[in-house]
Formats: sequence, C-alpha cells, structure tokens
Amino acid sequence: MKRRKVDVRAVPAKAANAVDDRFQVSTPLRRLLNKVFPDHWSFLLGEIALFSFIVLLLTGVFLTFFFEPALTEVIYNGSYAPLRGTHMTAAYASTLEISFDVRGGLIMRQMHHWAALLFMASIVVHMLRVFFTGAFRKPREVNWVIGSLLFWVGFLAGFTGYSLPDDGLSGTGLRIASAIMLSIPVIGSWVTSSIFGGEFPGDIIISRMFIAHVLLVPGLLVALISAHLGLVFKQKHTQWPGPGRTNDNVVGERMFPRYALKQGGFFMLVFGVIALMGGLMQINPVWLFGPYEAWVVSAASQPDWYVMFLDGSTRLMPAWEIVIPIGDGYVIPPLFWPTVVLPGILVGLSLAYPWLEARQTKDYRSHNLLQRPRDTPVRTALGAMAVTFFMVLTLTGANDVIAEKFFISLNAMTWAGRIGILLAPPLAYYLTYRICLGLQQHDREVLAHGVETGIIRRLPDGRFEEVHQPLSSGHGELEYTGWVVPKKMNRLGALGPAIKGFFYPIEKPVEAPVSPGHPPVEERPERSEISSDNR
Amino acid sequence: MSTHADTPADKAGGSPIDLDDPSLTRFDIVREGARLDDIEIVHYEPQFPVAGTKAERRVTRFVSFLFLLTGAAATAFLAIYIWWPWEYKLAAGPDKLYTPLLGLTLGVALLGIGFGILTWAKKLLPKEISIQARHDTSTPESRKIVGNTMLYMADELGVKRRPLLGASVLAGLLPVGAVAAAPLVGGLINNPHKNNQMMTTGFQPVDGKPVRLVREDGTPVRPDDISTGGQITVFPGIPHGVSNKHADSPTLLIHLRESDAEKARANNERNEHNRGYMWGNYIAYSKICTHAGCPASLYEQQTNLLLCPCHQSQFLITDNAKPVFGPASRRLPQLPIELDAEGFFVAKSDYTEAVGPDFWERP
Repeated sequence: MKRRKVDVRAVPAKAANAVDDRFQVSTPLRRLLNKVFPDHWSFLLGEIALFSFIVLLLTGVFLTFFFEPALTEVIYNGSYAPLRGTHMTAAYASTLEISFDVRGGLIMRQMHHWAALLFMASIVVHMLRVFFTGAFRKPREVNWVIGSLLFWVGFLAGFTGYSLPDDGLSGTGLRIASAIMLSIPVIGSWVTSSIFGGEFPGDIIISRMFIAHVLLVPGLLVALISAHLGLVFKQKHTQWPGPGRTNDNVVGERMFPRYALKQGGFFMLVFGVIALMGGLMQINPVWLFGPYEAWVVSAASQPDWYVMFLDGSTRLMPAWEIVIPIGDGYVIPPLFWPTVVLPGILVGLSLAYPWLEARQTKDYRSHNLLQRPRDTPVRTALGAMAVTFFMVLTLTGANDVIAEKFFISLNAMTWAGRIGILLAPPLAYYLTYRICLGLQQHDREVLAHGVETGIIRRLPDGRFEEVHQPLSSGHGELEYTGWVVPKKMNRLGALGPAIKGFFYPIEKPVEAPVSPGHPPVEERPERSEISSDNR
Repeated sequence: MSTHADTPADKAGGSPIDLDDPSLTRFDIVREGARLDDIEIVHYEPQFPVAGTKAERRVTRFVSFLFLLTGAAATAFLAIYIWWPWEYKLAAGPDKLYTPLLGLTLGVALLGIGFGILTWAKKLLPKEISIQARHDTSTPESRKIVGNTMLYMADELGVKRRPLLGASVLAGLLPVGAVAAAPLVGGLINNPHKNNQMMTTGFQPVDGKPVRLVREDGTPVRPDDISTGGQITVFPGIPHGVSNKHADSPTLLIHLRESDAEKARANNERNEHNRGYMWGNYIAYSKICTHAGCPASLYEQQTNLLLCPCHQSQFLITDNAKPVFGPASRRLPQLPIELDAEGFFVAKSDYTEAVGPDFWERP
C-alpha cells in the first residue's frame, strides 16, 4: 500500500473548504466579518442591557436549582438562627436556604437582583439616548416599539421575580398588585380571582409566577431581544453626522477584529461590575423582612426602583371614587387611575411617538444620521418633560423616607408631589426649550465670528474687545452641519491639547504652536522654584 | 464565487484582481473582500509601525499583567470558595466575609479579562476607519414582482371564484381558535363570589356561635389586656385564623380614652352601618386598608389617626375610620364586638361591609 503523506499545514484549509462545500458559509461569513459599525460611547448603553440579561440568565438558572416555588407551610430549621421555628412558606424557606445554606448561593442571588436593576436602568438610559438623538425615526420606528415593549416585559420579569421569595416586603407588593387588578372596572374581581386561584393570597400564585418568571417572560424577552438586534443588524446602526458621514453610508470599524473584541471586553466589564456589586453591596436581605404576614408592614416599604413611579402616582392620587348608581351601585376605585390607566397612557404615547412626531413635522423620509438634542428643541423639551414627570413620581414613591429623613410633614410631601406633578413638567419643557435655543445660537455665533480666545484688546479709542479666532480663513459664514462646533482654542490646535490624565497629567503639556495667523502665545517666564529649603 | 448576488460588485462578476497573484499581500485580499461588501477602508494605521519599541513593550506588559491578575483572582476565588469558613454563625465571624470576598475576587477576575481585551483591542490593533455604503436593496421593481407573485398565488387558490370555500374555511377554523383558548380560560377562571368570599372573613360566626378575638399566639383577649390608648392586632379564633389563609381578617382592637370613646360612639350612632358596634371604650376596625390592602397599622395615639405606610392614607378612628388624607376613598369597616360569658372579646357578627381593597361590584 502506498503511504500517503499528510501535509499538516494544509489541514485547516482543507477542512474549511470541506465545510464550505457543504454549508456555503464563506460569503455570509465575509459579510459578517466585514460589517461596519459606527462607534460612539452612547451606542454602548443598550449593550449594558443585553449583557445584564445574559448575566440574569446565567445566575437565574443557578437559582432555579434550589428555589422551591410553593406556598406550602413549613417550619424553618436552617442556619439562620433568628428565624428558626418560624412558620413560613416553602418559597421563603428555600430563599433563606439559598442565602445561608447553599455555598455561594447568596452572591448568586444578589448578582441576579443587581443585574435585574441594571437591566432596567440601562434600558431606560438607552431609550433616552435613542429618543433624544432621534434614532427612532423612519426606518427604525418598529425597533423603537420593540424596545418600549422590552421595558414593560422587563418590568413584568422584575415584578414576578421580586415577588417569588414571599418575604414581608414582596408579599406586601403582591397584595398591592392584587388590589390593582381588583380595581379594574367590570372584570377586576374575576381577573384577580382567576390569577390567584381564589381569594388573595390563595395557594397557587407563587408557582404560577415562577413559571412566568423562568419560562414565559424570559422566552418573550429572548424573542424581543433577538428581533431588536436583528433589526439593528439589518437596518445598520445610525451614526452621528461628521466628516465623510452621510445618510447613505456607515463610517466606523469593521466588526472583526477590533469592534468585536471591544464588545467582548465590555461584556466582561459589565459582568465584573455586577459581580462586585453582588458580592460587596447587600440587596434585598429577605431574612430581615421576615415571612409575609398579611397583618405586618413597616414604614419605608419601597419597591424596586423601576416600580417606584407607579407607587408615587398611587400616593399622589386624590381619593376620587366614581360611583355608578345602577342597581346596588358600582364603583371605580381611585386606585384604578394611577396604576392601570396611567401606565396604559404611557405605553400608548411611547409606542406612538415616532409616528406622532413624523405627522407633526411632516417628515416622512428615512434618517440614518442622528440629531443633536439642541437641534430639535421641541422633542428635547418633551423628553425633559417626561423625565421630570417620572422623577417627581419616583421621588414621591419614597416620600415617606424623605419626610422622615428631612423632618418634613408627610402630608406636605404629598401635596408638594401633587402640585409638582402639574407644574414641574411644563417648567422643564420651557427651560429645556430655551436652553436648546441658546445653545443653537451660540453654535451659530461661533461659526460666524470665531472662537473666543480670552484675549482682551484695547482699541485706540479706549474700548476693550475680545479677540475672536475665526474658524474659516475666508470671511464667509460657515454652515452648521449638525455636529460639534469647536469652542475652545485647543480644539483648533491653536493651543496645546487639553492635558490628558484623570487624577494627574500623564503627559507633558505640548508647547502651543505659534503662527502669524494666531494670537501670539507668550512663552512662560522662567520662575525660580519656591520651597522651604530654597535659601 | 458567491452564492448571493445582490451587491453590485458580485453582479459585476467577482473580483477584478487575480487572487492567485503571488505579489498580493494578505491585506490586499482583505481589502478586496471589503470592497465586495461595499466597504472602503479609508484609513488603516498600525499603532506601533516599528516593532519592539519601549511603548509597545509597555502596552504588551500591561495586557499580560491584566491576564495574569485575572488568573490570580480566579485562583483566589476558587481557594476562598473551597476553604473559607462559609457556614452562617450568628455572631460576627469570618463567614460574614465569604460573599464579599467571592464578589471581590470574581469581580477583579472578570474586570481583568475585560480591561485586558479592551487594552489589546484599543492599543495594539491598528486603528481603522471604514466606510460601508447603505443600500436600499428593495427597488420598486422587486416590490412589484413580489406583490404580483403573492396576488397570483391568491388567485390560484381561487377563493374569489369559489366563495363557498372561503366561507367554509372561516366557519370551520374560527371554532378551532376558540378551542385553543378554551382550556386556558376555562381552567384558570375562578368565580370570585363563590361562598360569598369577598364579603366574609374569619369572623363569620361558626354554627351560630360568635368567634373570639385572639392574639397572634392564639390566646383570647380580655378588656383588661389593653391599656387605655393602646391597641393590639387580633385575629379570628378559628383554625388557621392567624395565618395568610385569612388574609382579610386581621383586625385592630383599640382601647380609646374616655373622651375619644364618647366622640367615636356618637359618630357610630350617626352611621347606620356601625350603630352599637363598640363595646365600652373598645372599638375594632379592619386592619386591611380599603385602598390597596396593606395593613393600615401605624396608630397615632394623640391624633387618633390610623396611617397606612404603603400610600399614606389616614383614617380617623373616632369618626368611623373615615379617610381624611391620602388616596383611600372608603372607611375601614368596623367589627361589631362584645364580651362572651367568660369575659373574652367576641365578634357579634362578621363585618357587615366588604373588607379590603375596593372593587367594581361592591354593594
């Protein structure tokens, strides 16, 4: 038999050819490797949400190995001595077990909770970025809708997860949730009874929320996130205006190797920060709250941050009960408006916003270039109004804590919130609008007259004026391109660049270039050093 | 050479350069691949064009340091995970440091990888600027073709020509949709009014015998047990009375001061619902807030206000517990109380109003 010589160096190429013969992946792979992504720090906010979600999946799977989603009554006999002998549900007992009797269970629980808070926070900040820069405009309206839905599905994921341990705090939250469902006109009592399997709390709700929390809601999240990313990929990312950047191209880095590596590194940073938080910062110490008992509550019972605005709106709602005098009479409780109607309006407004704005501005073209917030004062002011609305409600969600810490009357806090929710958003609108116009005007001024140099010149007639460095060599006014206008001399290269370094300069300041066209920068005079032993 | 042919370069028939030309560098081929995807690499600049400079060695050392740090931290994580005394003890001890140390070592390990990769990518890989064209691949022609294809297929189905088909398919499939929904709805639906459960609590008399008011430990309550101005939480003295099975039953039993009791009695008389519900200077209100169901349990002795800590509804207990501030719109129901033959508090009857959060069909 003839011995065949194997050329080891040719093996990878041969294997790759064999794969491509069968699956024909080379062209799609080339497209993927080559795909160009624009780069800007603000494009990484959504990534934080994605990475937190991956951490949530990893830690969440670990927790399911030990959590027992049941309302069966047990007597606690674990390591945490203060609660030994207490009657509690299996759900609460197994949460204590994860915290005290599973090696490394507590850090997993805490990382899961911190990742959930980070997930919601980064979704919100990412949404603000998309909103204020106009990235939601055609052709990306549908992705804006998917993103808004992701917030609410994430909200649901957070609430169902928060309620699982059945501790004193989450049980109270669940009680309020049941009251909210109960407040829905006509069908409220049927909905509540069907979800809880009878009267609150029943004995099935934890297992139903468990399957929602570990299967249904995450499944929906995965589907929405895939669609979200798929659309970003298909429609290509938006980019800021700038040199060479047009509505019809993408300027940036190819996906491989640099961009993908940076993404991988960033994932590790997010993961690392969540690990640090999970280990070093205590969150939701359920053993201090005790098991849920319908008759126990304490002041300063606050939900997770992303639910606080609804808590706040509930606190501000006046006691307006609507009674419909038919038969025995029917009631729409005041709880219905701030907890069902308000979120409904918020969802509707946010979903419809891209089309509302297009209708208002009669702008139906496709946009791939972002806008600076100052260039769209109405949108920016509306956004500031929404943020202010949210902030007033969120602060009100903690108004009992504020009242206690700052020695303010609780009733005064409620009234401040009621008045604030009406006055603060319009005020924010007005101020933001004026600030945007001011910034716009300053940009145009610099383009027309040049950068302020800080050099004051005395004219022959005795007047003083500041020397301006024009941006163009000609005398014509420059056109605004929708991008940053340099406003400091060092941005023009006329002064040394700003000194790098966070706490101390990491490099020697560069000598400023001196040219006839620029105001002269004088050399610093030699100074003798002054010190104690300098005599 | 390509399976898809929708970029102009592909349509034009592949590369204008000869890929087998031995004078081509690998980067030339990369650039050609980018061109096929409508990408122009306009700027490509190695960060360290001269190999082995001091600066390059410094960056290399830093990246290596980060990865070695990761290795050290990960090893420390494992060592702590295995050998650190982690079992919970009540007193202060090393077990309290277990979770923080795990977090610290895991965090440092992951941050080491993260910063290592980032430094590698940002400081060692060439800087580049590439420009890729966006293409509207959907032309009016392609839309027209696809639209006509779909309409053609609809025509072939012939629902227009044979309307009976369409009607029968619709009539046949609609019930199937309902079948899919039926088990879900039918299985979950639960009548909220069975056993009149929304209107009753654990204080409903058992076989005509009034139910005792008991403390959390299950012992019955005598009037002497509560000092003037004091209050305790009481439960129905029935099996599971002190548990979440009777989440709507917890009740506040308050011993009012003489003057307040007179006011409360007079106000009770004015209200047809609560007439004669007090016993002496004692008054009992449902602890479950009528707003969102939290326990309204903060009792301000001086102002006679009950405050719910969840949403700060305040109820005036000397006037039928009517809401005086906050979002609650309904009085706390009052429990009619008296003493039994042995001198313990009992509920004369169940609550006569719905307890807990409000709902649509509450009479």
